[in-house]
Amino acid sequence: MRKNSTFMGDCNETLRELEQFLDHELSDDAREVIHAHLGGCDDCLEAFDFHAELKMVIAAKCRNDAVPPELLARIRQCFGDDAAGS
Amino acid sequence: MADRAEFAAEAMQYAGQLYSAALRMTRNRADAEDLVQETYLRAYRSFNTFDEGTNLRAWLFRILTNTFINSYRAKQRRPVEDELGDIEDLYMYKRIGNLDASRSAEDTLFEMFTDDEVKQALEELPENFRLPVLLADVEDFSYKEIAEMMDIPIGTVMSRLHRGRKAMQKKLTDFATERGLISRSADAEEQHIHG
Repeated sequence: MRKNSTFMGDCNETLRELEQFLDHELSDDAREVIHAHLGGCDDCLEAFDFHAELKMVIAAKCRNDAVPPELLARIRQCFGDDAAGS
Repeated sequence: MADRAEFAAEAMQYAGQLYSAALRMTRNRADAEDLVQETYLRAYRSFNTFDEGTNLRAWLFRILTNTFINSYRAKQRRPVEDELGDIEDLYMYKRIGNLDASRSAEDTLFEMFTDDEVKQALEELPENFRLPVLLADVEDFSYKEIAEMMDIPIGTVMSRLHRGRKAMQKKLTDFATERGLISRSADAEEQHIHG
């Protein structure tokens, strides 16, 4: 089984940019450098995939609360009659 | 007034997202409802200052975040914690990343945690770290947008995101450990083989 300790050299630099890459905060040039590395490094690709998936899982599981109908009614009330559809 | 009604209707579509975010911020339903209502009230009143053509969703989240920071934080009298334990980079990945190579990462991660566990891991973060993680990972706002919403420099957003994410991942790893899920991994550090 793969050891994480095999990360080295370019890998460390690539992993340092992992968050900015996944957050779409890198310049096009910087993204390209990462893409090039990931194309030839399964270890880093796996780490990037893991965190990309984790980010999606966190988003999916943290934004699914049902809005209480009373709250919607309260909001419409503070909008006044205009927004109530009259 | 017709414009204002149109604005109100447009804004209503974000009620669900704002309410979920408010729950993660306040950590209780009553305060979350009040926070969302206050947000809509402020938005409605300052509708004139909304710049047509800019992002309505980001504008509403900015009001939500401002209102929370200025009102509810004070109300909750929670100390503003700045400290998080020092956690190594890739903490979770090193323990869970290659947990079961035969399954896809999606199956593993999505099924590994319940909604409540992920919410709890986020909500347990100190507020300084919870807000950036919430706004970036759940709401998908840019560093610049988060910096504006929280009125802090972009560099601070990035460092809090980094440390907040690590702390949240540590908590998720703990949940997985409690269930014995991690013991199946052959090469994670600090793990115990069960017979």
